[in-house]
Amino acid sequence: MTSAQIEIQLIACIVAVACAIPGTFLVLRRMAMISDAISHSILPGIVVGFFLTEDLNSPWLILLAAFSGIITVVLVEYIQKTGLVKEDTAIGLVFPSMFSIGVILIAKNAGDVHLDVDAVLLGELAFAPFDRLIINGMDVGPKSLWVIGTILLLTLTLLITFFKELKISTFDTQLAATLGFSPVIIHYGLMTVASVTTVGAFDAVGAILVVALMIAPPAMAYLLIKDLKRMLVLSAVFGIIGALLGYWVAHWLDASIAGSITTVLGVLFFFIYLLAPNSGLISVLYRQRRQKVEVHLLTFLLHLQNHTEKSERHINHLYEHINWHKVKAQSVLDLALKNNMITIEDSIISLTEKGETFTSEAINYIITNKSAAIEEMKDRFFLFRG
Amino acid sequence: MNDKIAIKVDDLTVAYNFKPVLWDVDLSIPEGVLMAIVGPNGAGKSTLIKAMLDIVKPIAGTIEIFGEPYKKQYKKVAYVPQKGSVDWDFPTTALDVVLMGTYGSLGWIKRPGKTQKKRALEALEKVGMLEFRSRQISQLSGGQQQRVFLARALVQEASIYIMDEPFQGVDATTEKAIVNILKELRKSGKTVVVVHHDLQTVPEYFDWVTFLNVKKIATGSVKDIFNDDNLTKTYGINYKVSVLQ
Ligand SMILES: Nc1ncnc2c1ncn2[C@@H]1O[C@H](COP(=O)(O)OP(=O)(O)O)[C@@H](O)[C@H]1O
Ligand SMILES: [Mg+2]
Repeated sequence: MTSAQIEIQLIACIVAVACAIPGTFLVLRRMAMISDAISHSILPGIVVGFFLTEDLNSPWLILLAAFSGIITVVLVEYIQKTGLVKEDTAIGLVFPSMFSIGVILIAKNAGDVHLDVDAVLLGELAFAPFDRLIINGMDVGPKSLWVIGTILLLTLTLLITFFKELKISTFDTQLAATLGFSPVIIHYGLMTVASVTTVGAFDAVGAILVVALMIAPPAMAYLLIKDLKRMLVLSAVFGIIGALLGYWVAHWLDASIAGSITTVLGVLFFFIYLLAPNSGLISVLYRQRRQKVEVHLLTFLLHLQNHTEKSERHINHLYEHINWHKVKAQSVLDLALKNNMITIEDSIISLTEKGETFTSEAINYIITNKSAAIEEMKDRFFLFRG
Repeated sequence: MNDKIAIKVDDLTVAYNFKPVLWDVDLSIPEGVLMAIVGPNGAGKSTLIKAMLDIVKPIAGTIEIFGEPYKKQYKKVAYVPQKGSVDWDFPTTALDVVLMGTYGSLGWIKRPGKTQKKRALEALEKVGMLEFRSRQISQLSGGQQQRVFLARALVQEASIYIMDEPFQGVDATTEKAIVNILKELRKSGKTVVVVHHDLQTVPEYFDWVTFLNVKKIATGSVKDIFNDDNLTKTYGINYKVSVLQ
């Protein structure tokens, strides 16, 4: 590996971690869309900042652009508060407007500004190592590495200092407020960090990859982990995996690095979404199917208990009477048999003692706990699954 | 119960989008009562307690907790919100949620330590949830989630406990367990305010009651004011206490 290659990967990894931290809280607050909004609406801030400073890495430009990110958030919330439109509509109204102001500003001054919309959206990681930071004639590394490294350090410090406050105001805003923590301050603090990170990273990796790195890794971690600290760590790890894998895919295909990292993240997410043990699509579908069989089982047992006459308990009659397909009826019968709840003699089905007790208890439970969730009952009675 | 007033509400009016949902409510809750707030859906019960907790801002009126504004007294008040108000898929455990109850006394930046953890575990034990302490909260049943909420309020070691429909969606055993803890709280001199929707159990669970339907209809001891007249005034139709039993 050349030193430029190492530097590119290092920048990509640091951006990934810096994005994963605010991203985790955005995902938990169901605010993924807002990062998209911020990433586009910082454009006017960047353009104005660039006119003033002529340097894409100037801290002033970063602050100015981050400020236009905050304005977006404020505007979105203001429009939403009027109660006329929903949040996603408000976002959809604000960020294209901000973005087009930026585009117009660039177009108007295209002659004397070295800045184009493509560069802002897609960035070009491959060029990052060429823009060096020189201090007293000494080359200390790529500028963007310093910019994003500083931002990561700030973000980490804020995260560690205010972890408790972030957690409580994300989980339960009302409790946070009643305990004397100001959810508003924490909210805008988080939005500021998200904006600053977006601005700091866009030059190197582009706005689209910033959004992908903020949302995809935490979304994956969320499907796999049920602990906030570990979710943060896992998000960072996924971000790094995406960055490194994406880099080498781009290298191999000779494609855009940002584009390939985004694609890798998309593919990773797809697999985790399908396969995650508890919240993955396959496991959710499987669970729903099982719950359906369980409810049918209960219906079936209840029918047996209600009808002592033999004619009502004949297998064929059951197929017709309860109006089930044979397949469904068979799987319910199997489950009941496997759990020793019924016996079948000469095609006549009877409840066993266990089946009797179970059915009575279940009915009793449903009646005495009208308001209780059905989950409660399943906890007690369907532990015999298998 | 004694003569001290725990919560005093004066001329309270709250509006959402300029439509008043609470209108000129006056209410004095004596210290040491176990009080139900009853009223039909949309009566403003949740809004009333949110106003007490400074979560919603009134357009008129004042609220005092032991004679001072909420901001000065927040450490004396514990709140159990309606269960639907938080995201139960949040990546956190039962113990962690209970620990959040200690955040108020810690203030900004300071983190919970051994003392806080011990108190949280004690509270979990009290509500019978100790064995579930490391469960992710979405893996708990509705009744268990409510117990965790209650434990979180208990670790706040407050003087006033305010709860929004704590019996909603819980099983019969949990309901009994919660009622016992509420009665214990009252015995130790705490003031407990509960939004409640099951009129049948009011006389059994509570000693104080407030009827609310946008306006305050009546407030006082269950013995004195839990009657047909107030029920009818609150719910509109001809209600009879005898029919409830
Ligand atoms: N955040 C809100 N925005 C607008 N209207 C609200 C809001 N919260 C409650 N309301 C309305 O205020 C009224 C009182 O609500 P609430 O206090 O929740 O009643 P209760 O708890 O007695 O059922 C209802 O009509 C409800 O629709
Ligand atoms: Mg309510």
